[in-house]
Amino acid sequence: MDWFLQQLINGLALGSIYALIALGYTMVYGVLRFINFAHADVLMLGAYAAYFLAPAVSSVLPLPSITGALIVTLLAAIICAGIGILIEFLAYRPLRARPKLTVLITAIGVSLFIEFTCQHKAVFGADTKPFPKLLPAADYNWGGLVVSSNDLVVVVVTALLLAAMWFIVQRTKMGTAMRAVSFNQQAAALMGVNINRIISFTFGLGSALAAIAGILYALKAPGIEPLMGVQPGLRAFVAAVLGGIGNLPGAALGGLLLGLLETFAGGISGLSNYRDGIAFAILILILLFKPAGLLGKATVEKV
Amino acid sequence: MPSTLNSQPSTSSQGAKRWLLLGILLAVVVSMFSAQFNRYYLGILIDCGINIILAVSLNLINGHTGQFSLGHAGFMAVGGYTAAKFSLVFLPTVPEPLQPVLFLVALVLGGLVAALAGLGVGVPSLRLKGDYLAIVTLGFGEIIRVVVQNMEAVGAASGLKGIPKFATLGWTFALAAITVYVVAALVNSTYGRGFIAVNDDEVAASSMGINPVRYKVTAFVTGAFFAGIAGGLYAHHKQFLSPTGFDFLKSIDIVVMVILGGMGRTAGVIIAAVILTLLPEVLRSFADYRMIIYSLLIIALMMARPQGLFTLGQKKKGAAAI
Repeated sequence: MDWFLQQLINGLALGSIYALIALGYTMVYGVLRFINFAHADVLMLGAYAAYFLAPAVSSVLPLPSITGALIVTLLAAIICAGIGILIEFLAYRPLRARPKLTVLITAIGVSLFIEFTCQHKAVFGADTKPFPKLLPAADYNWGGLVVSSNDLVVVVVTALLLAAMWFIVQRTKMGTAMRAVSFNQQAAALMGVNINRIISFTFGLGSALAAIAGILYALKAPGIEPLMGVQPGLRAFVAAVLGGIGNLPGAALGGLLLGLLETFAGGISGLSNYRDGIAFAILILILLFKPAGLLGKATVEKV
Repeated sequence: MPSTLNSQPSTSSQGAKRWLLLGILLAVVVSMFSAQFNRYYLGILIDCGINIILAVSLNLINGHTGQFSLGHAGFMAVGGYTAAKFSLVFLPTVPEPLQPVLFLVALVLGGLVAALAGLGVGVPSLRLKGDYLAIVTLGFGEIIRVVVQNMEAVGAASGLKGIPKFATLGWTFALAAITVYVVAALVNSTYGRGFIAVNDDEVAASSMGINPVRYKVTAFVTGAFFAGIAGGLYAHHKQFLSPTGFDFLKSIDIVVMVILGGMGRTAGVIIAAVILTLLPEVLRSFADYRMIIYSLLIIALMMARPQGLFTLGQKKKGAAAI
């Protein structure tokens, strides 16, 4: 029982991070209908932004502290939102009318460009850097269960951000416009929605979430390196598809499910080596039986 | 290329046969002189041949049939590991003169096992399109890598060492010629029109009595078979296999060859495979910037010429459907 609860806590913490990243994928997919491969690299850039901001912030506000961590995270999120908007403007906007696969390959190109540029020794270098301690960390022991404060932070932050996203998408004017663009871009444009602004906004929002997810991920990881986003990025993408891509609650559900499944599989001795393959095996199974994902709606192709 | 020949399928298949014979002849002639080649250049030439096989076989799936596979390196890994393990196991029992037979059997076996994997990916892929298919094939490639990484029998993460060096220039180019021939003959045959029909418009094709499912699976299985052959050649050329050699990036490399050459254009894809094999060697002195240039090349290509570099005026209507 203890083992089960412990894995449940670890799985929730991991799944929360996947959910945050998946949210970014799914929002961009919602408005543009393509997989933004560079999302995983924005996550990495978010972690690096925090890495470089931390010493500057700590000269004003001593780190680790909650306010300091908040300021670092906020600044990193703003920087990454800018980067996300820039990527969309430079690489994806010129291709908007092109076939989806052209954009998909461009996205892979952008992702590789960011990864290889950051690995260059003049930029970040390929080595692993220790991530600064942003938050005071402690382990709580509850009757045999070990819960680290970082895990709690991850779960709480994710829950808050999910609620905020839900509010933005369902209750604000911008969110209504986002849903309109997602539903029918041309009709939305005819109704006076500024498509370019909505898409930029969506990229900014998604990239800010990626930056926060990157920082949360880095808090738990041994260090940061330019390829750190690739694996969580792929998992989060699987999570988004699992829940039904384009569907916000679906992304959250998919992320949590995937995190739990991976953690439980990792805890079983025979399966632990295959942990990396589990996400994809689940993905293939889901797509076989429910191609639209758990919460997605199946679409009928009209001729 | 195929659409310009569609009125005369018979002459095109004769043309393909001529190319096949020419290719094999060239391979045999060149391999007679291969002892005089610098080992470095010889290695690069064999790399070119292997990449031609990979690109032409992926072109059948991505180009002609209009599916989008990001897992070709996975098929290559399946074939490579199967062939390498087979020849390692049977090498001590086979006398020297029979070694080419062993190599051939190993290659074909690798190809068949990869084709079986292609069937496994092809069947679920029937229900998926575009990005979803891309992600499933990507996932398949990753699963293969994880499985290989955990298989002690093939060296797990440390790799499979000591594979006999059977792959020569003659073998490589003869097999490349056969690949080109089979793919070209298949697509240009009456049966093969179906691949292009599925690419152009799946709904229209099926209403004309073409079974898109069968064509897609055929494309996957055939493409995977040749990717497996290429993997076998690669294993017996490098004499070392490691799971990291078959990652996502390797699949992307092959996809870029197909796009650069122009989806569904065999000649262009061959040229692209050669160029992209030579490019890293030329850029060797800029090693630090090599991959940055490569990724910029992908982006620039997609912006400026998504239909491929070598499409010289023959605009195919279906090209929009890549």
